[in-house]
Amino acid sequence: MQTKSDKKYILKAARAAFPYTIPIFAGFWFLGITYGIYMNVSGFSFIYPAIMSLTIFGGSLQFVAVEMLLSAYAPLQTLIMTLMIQARHIFYGISMLDKYKNMGWKKFYLIFGLCDESFSIIYSVDVGEDIDKGWFMFFVTLFNHFYWFSGATLGGILGSLVSFNTKGLEFVMTAMFVVIFLEQWLKEKKHYSSLIGIMVSVVCLYLFGAESFIVPTMVGILFLLTVFRKPIEKVGGLE
Amino acid sequence: MTVKQQFVTIALCVVATMITRFLPFIVFSDKKPTPRYIQYLGKVLPPAIFGMLVIYCLKNVEILSGSHAIPELISILVVIALHFYKRQMLISIAGGTIAYMLLVQLVF
Repeated sequence: MQTKSDKKYILKAARAAFPYTIPIFAGFWFLGITYGIYMNVSGFSFIYPAIMSLTIFGGSLQFVAVEMLLSAYAPLQTLIMTLMIQARHIFYGISMLDKYKNMGWKKFYLIFGLCDESFSIIYSVDVGEDIDKGWFMFFVTLFNHFYWFSGATLGGILGSLVSFNTKGLEFVMTAMFVVIFLEQWLKEKKHYSSLIGIMVSVVCLYLFGAESFIVPTMVGILFLLTVFRKPIEKVGGLE
Repeated sequence: MTVKQQFVTIALCVVATMITRFLPFIVFSDKKPTPRYIQYLGKVLPPAIFGMLVIYCLKNVEILSGSHAIPELISILVVIALHFYKRQMLISIAGGTIAYMLLVQLVF
């Protein structure tokens, strides 16, 4: 008899999770090392990127936080900036309300580590019946967290000592999101939401610029999905 | 900034991030049934989010100057083509990334 705490059972979920996190490993090591180097050359000990990667675990914010730490002390501005940069996580939470139900102690860590990449993998991958979903989601989150932490710490230790031609490697993240978007597109019968996401983002990017388009985009998406709720629910086709 | 001020700044980043991650789970707990509207959003938001994340990754690409987004466009087409050909996530991602690296290092 297999129980939920069986070692074999847990290991099986870890093995199932790992392949999905390989592109994230590439992306996070690249971005993490870059971030660590950036902190190092900005005059911070590797302890900073290490602790920040463990506790914040959010790429774009951590890059912005370097600027914050180098500027004059402004706690209120820090708080508001962070809320704005990280606001998209609210959408991830709403989408994960069901999946993270009844996860016991794992739930806290799953929510804590709910970054763009973990969300995308966990939401889009169907692991099948013989693998425990809770452990699968746990390991996806844990692996990603570890890649980010180790990359950032390594970058912080190595500093500017390293130079290797990795120009363009950051595209691995874009490629991953394109694949996930495509998979979703192929799965759904009607593309209302996918199209709304792309179009609102492009319009807001054009109107508000790269630095501040995410919050207006979220408002726009929410607005359109609410206004068109009836027709969208009518056609169903959103599985 | 003093070390204490640095500590507060980092702590605020952590707290504000966790607010955005935990908020939906605190507002809509396991115990009460989730409102229909929120259930609807949970179902229809992800496709829109994936679209948003693709654009988010491309937000700093300059269309009017530099390489005019040509390497990005070609590489995305490579990703899509590979994905239709093999339908293997890792192959599509690796192929597109290698194409992009070659383009920005050797061509543009």
